[in-house]
Amino acid sequence: MPEVLASIQGVSKSFPGSSVPALDNIRGEIRAGEICGLVGADGAGKTTLLRLLAGLMEPSEGRITITGLDSVDDTSAIHERIGYMPQRFGLYEDLTVVENLHLYADLRGVVNEERTEAFERLLRFTDLARFTERLAGALSGGMKQKLGLACALIRKPRLLLLDEPSVGVDPISRRELWKMVGDLVDDGIGVVWSTAYLDEAEQCDTVILLHEGHLVHNGPPDDLTQHVEGRVYLVRGIAEDQRRQVLARSLREEAIIDGVIQGKSLRLLVRVGESLPNLPGTAEVTKPRFEDAFIDSLGGGPGGESALAAGMTAIRSGDGTPVIDATDLTKKFGDFTASDRVSFQVHQGEVFGLLGPNGAGKSTAFKMMCGLLQPTSGRAKVAGLDLKTATSQARSRIGYMAQKFSLYGDLSVRQNLEFFAGIYGLSGARKRSAIERMIETFNLDAYLKTSAALLPLGFKQRLALSCAVMHEPAVLFLDEPTSGVDPLTRREFWNHINGLVEKGVTIMVTTHFMDEAEYCDRIALVFRGRVIASGSPDALKSESIPGREASLEEAFIALIERELGKTEKGAPA
Amino acid sequence: MNLARWRRIRGLIRKEMAQVVRDPSSVLIAFVLPGVLLFLFGYGVSLDATAVKVGVVMESATPEAQSLVAAFRNSPSYEVRVGRDRRDFEEDLVAGNIRGLIVIPATLTESLRRGDAVTAIQVIVDGSEPNTASFVQNYAQGTVANWMVQQSFDVGRSRSIAPRVSTEPRVWFNPEIQSRWFLLPGSIAIIMTIIGTLLTALVVAREWERGTMEALMATPLGTLEFIIGKLTPYYLLGMGSLAVCVVVSVTLFELPFRGSVFVLVLVSSIFLITMLALGLLISTVSKNQFVASQIALVVGFLPSFLLSGFVFEISSMPLPIQTLTRIIPARYFVTCLQTIFLAGDVRSVLVPNTLALVAIGSVLMLLVARKTSRRLD
Repeated sequence: MPEVLASIQGVSKSFPGSSVPALDNIRGEIRAGEICGLVGADGAGKTTLLRLLAGLMEPSEGRITITGLDSVDDTSAIHERIGYMPQRFGLYEDLTVVENLHLYADLRGVVNEERTEAFERLLRFTDLARFTERLAGALSGGMKQKLGLACALIRKPRLLLLDEPSVGVDPISRRELWKMVGDLVDDGIGVVWSTAYLDEAEQCDTVILLHEGHLVHNGPPDDLTQHVEGRVYLVRGIAEDQRRQVLARSLREEAIIDGVIQGKSLRLLVRVGESLPNLPGTAEVTKPRFEDAFIDSLGGGPGGESALAAGMTAIRSGDGTPVIDATDLTKKFGDFTASDRVSFQVHQGEVFGLLGPNGAGKSTAFKMMCGLLQPTSGRAKVAGLDLKTATSQARSRIGYMAQKFSLYGDLSVRQNLEFFAGIYGLSGARKRSAIERMIETFNLDAYLKTSAALLPLGFKQRLALSCAVMHEPAVLFLDEPTSGVDPLTRREFWNHINGLVEKGVTIMVTTHFMDEAEYCDRIALVFRGRVIASGSPDALKSESIPGREASLEEAFIALIERELGKTEKGAPA
Repeated sequence: MNLARWRRIRGLIRKEMAQVVRDPSSVLIAFVLPGVLLFLFGYGVSLDATAVKVGVVMESATPEAQSLVAAFRNSPSYEVRVGRDRRDFEEDLVAGNIRGLIVIPATLTESLRRGDAVTAIQVIVDGSEPNTASFVQNYAQGTVANWMVQQSFDVGRSRSIAPRVSTEPRVWFNPEIQSRWFLLPGSIAIIMTIIGTLLTALVVAREWERGTMEALMATPLGTLEFIIGKLTPYYLLGMGSLAVCVVVSVTLFELPFRGSVFVLVLVSSIFLITMLALGLLISTVSKNQFVASQIALVVGFLPSFLLSGFVFEISSMPLPIQTLTRIIPARYFVTCLQTIFLAGDVRSVLVPNTLALVAIGSVLMLLVARKTSRRLD
């Protein structure tokens, strides 16, 4: 058994002003030579636990020891032994790569030949040697992340703490980072890797799974997925336009506790001791994922009903022309092209996704489609209206939910609802009934007087959605709607989306979550401002990696590599 | 101090310097802002009253009265309009067209002839602007007194009309009574306040905002090392801008420098460190650049501007406010600077004021050390 580097003994942490503890009686061990995944949604308590491990906070109850040292009494000694990479990597963006390295080398007392040697090793390891004189702020997301890692590794630590190192980074960099961390673990370092991506949990040796401050699972990920072995089914061969109805119907079954759309198929989780009811299509048992097991351990998903869609009037189907039509959309900021000849069409009742890493140009394309940004060239039409000439007319048909929470944090829930009803032109009885419907649909009664900023994350998400759909728009734009939220909230959210689609609403989403992209009818992969491929998730998978069933992430990587190969060949030697 | 510790401080200083060099806003605050302020205070602001509009009422046009009117006319301090009745000017005074009214009574000549000890000349001033009002009053008195002395020589009847005791005003330290001369040392104090508080308040808050503070805290860097590493570069920057200020003031504005450079550097260092500690305290507490800059303005810049005696005389403030000025570091520094520039190294002034600065600085430093915690909660 390898040495225990960190031991978490019944740790709780409460913050003043909050009635719910951020962490409640957490236990766990982190061993040398292992990757420990600290897994959970935003607000689950991951960062708090990491800060406790780094000795940057004191536990309210319980204790933590790092290599036998108490995290409160021996903080300085612990800081000599750990490497810590906070969110946003802890880099000075106005310093160059090498200046950042020098600073951390000075702080950690790495000098003379030892420093030369460390720099050489880390620059080779991270492949940053070509960029030593570049400002850290000018690096891409993936390179920043590698530099952050290098800074945390300047003096080889016993324990390396990484706070969401892979969030928003492109899939190639993410894969490289996993490989790098794998090498460190082989060297005997213990690594804590915090993440909101549940698929990353499967790659860890052990997992500490948190949900709303509680420990859900502590141990190898397989121990948890074992519980759902043989209960996860993939249902194929359902007609394309039937999937959402079949999903909603199957979630009404007593025997099925969870279900999501996965490309062309449905993924269903069956209750213990029950068997799969009769459904259209062909069902077969599939390999369980960590997410299935997580939902199972939380007692199942939220069901398939959408009270929101139920109360909405169906939208008359159109004449078959695309509802969203982008032609050669280009946006330049100075000499930087954020969006390069982006074209796509979305038809009524379709869910269309823009998938890509942070900084790829998703949001730029998206904002041009909602009339928030004027394209440098190209044309954007929504519901037959040109956004350049009929902006305000087009906007009244659009619902927009911005990335991160864009409501007024200082206003109460009711004030937010009233404000957004007002700006979308609702008044009098229509306004009152729309607001009442939203409050009822999303169970907002208890929070009406609460400031929006103080809402739990799930309720923020609900409020944001209700503000975007109150005026019953024909087209709904969702910018990273469920990044970082827990899988229960995400399912609830997608139930509403699916319900709206059934009513004829056209949906466009952006996301950097691969599994969120699986919920879309069609996706476009955005990389460096350009659409490098588009189609249904299944088509992209089989097209990019023929012959076997690949994941969407693998498909994305293959498509990016193909794209990079093209540009490198095309470039003058 | 052991080697590792020294190396950490040096690393932090080097990093801070590199950031200062790259960040145009620090250079702007340290070197451009002082220039702008100095020009503003040197050329733009003047508390000297010249060409104040007054009305002179000559009730009877005797030669004496005319001669006195001429004395007012010849003074650069006034722009004089002459009338025969005070009622001519009442409306102008109400409308603010003139700042004061000097009434030369019809009895002037008579009174002079009799050799009265007191000759009543009425001065009516517009009290809505107290500064100008007292200026008009004092200068009117001065002008009259001067005129009387001259009158006695001219007429050769000095014994009968010259006042028994004559005062001969002589102004020390600022013989031309140029307000620029006491404004400039004061504005240097204001500049040092801005650099000290604003700059440090911003830089530490920035570390919190960008999440780099958390990364620093997880390294072996200690609290004291952090404070020294943060203060040193901005101390040097502040002293650099002091040098700029002094050189510009002495060469361009011909401000006298009667003290010694050593004392100037010593006192300025103590003041600057105090203000740096204040800035550090602000940003440690607020952790947000916007809030930090607002607080820096409210607790740093404004009190230094209003309560240091730089523009507004402390002795003419109400007692509670006067007491409040005692905790404003700039108050002591303004006094020290004015003394060093205009009077020289006057120990009896400099020592108590410097000690007060040391006391305030030590309290602030203590607070900083206590508030700069090694933990996030």
